[in-house]
Amino acid sequence: MASETILSVKDLRVRFQTLDGTVEAVKGINIKVNAGETVAVVGESGSGKSQTMMAAMSLLSSNGEATGQVDYRGRNLLEMTKSELNKVRGRKISMIFQEPMTSLDPLYTIGNQLIEPIRRHRGLNARAAREEALKLLRLVRIPDPERRMKSYPHEMSGGQRQRVMIAMALANDPDILIADEPTTALDVTIQAQILMLLAELQRKFGMAIVFITHDLGIVRRFADRVYVMRQGEVVEEGDAEALFANPQHAYTKMLLAAEPTGTKAPPPASSPVLLEGRNVEVVFKIGGGFLGGEPLMLRAVDKISIRLKRNQTIGIVGESGSGKSTLGRALLRLLPSDGVIRFGDRDISEADRRAMRPLRRELQLVFQDPFGSLSPRMTVGQVITEGLLVHEPSLTGKLRDQRAVEALREVGLDPNARNRYPHEFSGGQRQRIAIARAMILKPKVVVLDEPTSALDRSVQKQIVELLRKLQADHQLSYLFISHDLAVVRAMADYIIVMKQGKIVEEGPTEEIFGDPQAAYTQTLMNAAIDTTRFRISA
Amino acid sequence: MLRYVFRRLLTAIPTLLVIVTVAFFLIRVAPGGPFNQERGLSPEIRANLEAQFGLNDPLWLQYVHYLGNLLRGNFGPSYNLPDFTVTELFAKGLPISVQIGASALVLALILGSILGTIAALNQNKLADYSVIALATAGSTIPTFVIAPVIQLAFGLSWKLLPIGGWGDGALINKVGPVLTLALPQIAIVARLMRGSMIESLRSHHIRTARALGLSDWSVVVKHALRGAVLPIVSFTGPAAAALLTGSIIVETIFSIPGVGRYFVDAALNRDYTLVMGTVVVIALFTIIFNLIVDLLYAVVDPRVRYD
Repeated sequence: MASETILSVKDLRVRFQTLDGTVEAVKGINIKVNAGETVAVVGESGSGKSQTMMAAMSLLSSNGEATGQVDYRGRNLLEMTKSELNKVRGRKISMIFQEPMTSLDPLYTIGNQLIEPIRRHRGLNARAAREEALKLLRLVRIPDPERRMKSYPHEMSGGQRQRVMIAMALANDPDILIADEPTTALDVTIQAQILMLLAELQRKFGMAIVFITHDLGIVRRFADRVYVMRQGEVVEEGDAEALFANPQHAYTKMLLAAEPTGTKAPPPASSPVLLEGRNVEVVFKIGGGFLGGEPLMLRAVDKISIRLKRNQTIGIVGESGSGKSTLGRALLRLLPSDGVIRFGDRDISEADRRAMRPLRRELQLVFQDPFGSLSPRMTVGQVITEGLLVHEPSLTGKLRDQRAVEALREVGLDPNARNRYPHEFSGGQRQRIAIARAMILKPKVVVLDEPTSALDRSVQKQIVELLRKLQADHQLSYLFISHDLAVVRAMADYIIVMKQGKIVEEGPTEEIFGDPQAAYTQTLMNAAIDTTRFRISA
Repeated sequence: MLRYVFRRLLTAIPTLLVIVTVAFFLIRVAPGGPFNQERGLSPEIRANLEAQFGLNDPLWLQYVHYLGNLLRGNFGPSYNLPDFTVTELFAKGLPISVQIGASALVLALILGSILGTIAALNQNKLADYSVIALATAGSTIPTFVIAPVIQLAFGLSWKLLPIGGWGDGALINKVGPVLTLALPQIAIVARLMRGSMIESLRSHHIRTARALGLSDWSVVVKHALRGAVLPIVSFTGPAAAALLTGSIIVETIFSIPGVGRYFVDAALNRDYTLVMGTVVVIALFTIIFNLIVDLLYAVVDPRVRYD
């Protein structure tokens, strides 16, 4: 392929004015994009990979400022007037974003939003632009495009919205498509479809693609060249194949090794069953009420039986909407459900909140969102000792503090953290705090609801190791809810695959991964791009 | 949609009943009555009057009678303006209050939205600070200060406007009261608009619009503004109910024969029927405008559906 350089970023710096002073997010980097090639900019959160491209497109937030050069076919984008720039944006260089759910205007139909940029850049009349929009929707394989033109974004799934975003980005046959984490917010099977679509469209139209991603699987599979970014600098660059075969920089090596590894041995057969659900069913009623007509019944969990033994980790795998989180909550009696739930030798199926309260210390829960699940107005010490006030009210303040110190040490944090507030900590540290909050009560069963999903891979690995160590030290039982097969494989000894509220397949981890029986499980496995096994084909 | 409107109107009935009941007993708990001695009535006449209006009946019977009359649309006679029924008083005064209030509301919505948008687009610049200063002044200076200042400046000194009076609804007579009533509302709308516009401009779909190279006009007016007006729409419901039912301060200072004065006058005079009439009118306005706002919401935002 002709290797004419069409985009070249030279000594780009991006600064943000914040209340704490000036923060330099991008520190003088150089990146080149040749016609028709696929370039990946890889890094973890805060590496400046997104801000680099935002700066190139003049999309920085108002407190941001870019200096240096971003040349598109010899013209510096940073020095263009707005009207010059608007002839390039959406026309020659277009962009799709990480957030398919919010990147489309919720108040206008898909058709309206597709037609607008076509008319603007190509000056077509309304009818011709509409035809063009329909063609694009067919191109990105939106079913029933005539009808979808009249749909609003909220009437479509995340995957479909991302397809619409791609259609908008390709509307004017651009030179370069910048894809900022285009599949991160999507389920694995949808992820694979979107990536395949992008690859196919690239073959068809020959545009260059810039992938901004933290996912090395995507990089391996699609990129020709790679830039690895860390803290605003490019630490390594090169041919994708060479870089994966022989990483030079320590950070690249660390990223490549960040995939969680190892397996969990099943508990001995004699291990007692701690938490058991039989035919658990959760039904949500939607609508109805006073003159509201027949309510819609949604069966989120449909007659599921599960037995969690001491020192066992059951991985519950499924895509969004499969009911995996609902099942976890129902088993802890945080949601009303039908069926039988037993904890130890007690039937807790009918236990109300008051009856559950003394049991709560033994049944703990850790959530996905390490930012939302800690009260911002309490110190870390207050956050983690709050449960002790309820469950061990006789403890003196001094003893409580001592327990907090122990719990923080156990999760690998400096005990001094207890006098600080959650916002002072990173995502991984906050998840450690959330784990400490559960561990301080010395629970028997912990439901882990996507505990690593919001974290960078390298941090994920640390959290997985921490959870393993805690399990071994305290003979804990985990219910590990996740959509991330690599993490589940490393954590769980038994796996339940869920889809639409039902169990599709269940069994020991090696069996499920080694020889999946159900077609859905096989699809999931194929879709999860396996970074450890994939080989680039020329 | 129709079904939703019908349901909302049905639920308005118990709401109204609760309001009427609470108001009915509250005003009677207040000491004194409509015909107390400060009016210099002889005890005989007072007794006669009270007997005629049924004020000697047990309270529950009075309540039942009042509800019965209300159901027939009869608000009863005013006790202190004996030449008029409550219905007549509202028929005369309400159109005047509604004219002034509606004009002030429309003015506030238009001016406030424009000012708020200008501020949001120039965040932390001179234009923004000017709007904030104006809004702060508008919402902190009380109407009983603004009104006399308008009278002094435009009426006495420059002789551009009449100082007061209704002048049978002449346009020039409405300027002062409408301005006075609108100023604080402009301030509120401008502040609301500024906030929601700033938020709207930061949203992901605005970033998409910019990345597609759309014009500033399209980005701001078509995409950002439509999302940003939603809080203004919410605000309009209660604001309309309050403005359209008259303002005692504005009506008193500008000598305008609206209904805003009735509420306070009637309460002070224990004019039971007029108090109740005012309560019912304000409650009805509030219920209706909130319903209109909720329906408007569905027009602006396709995600809102009432099925």
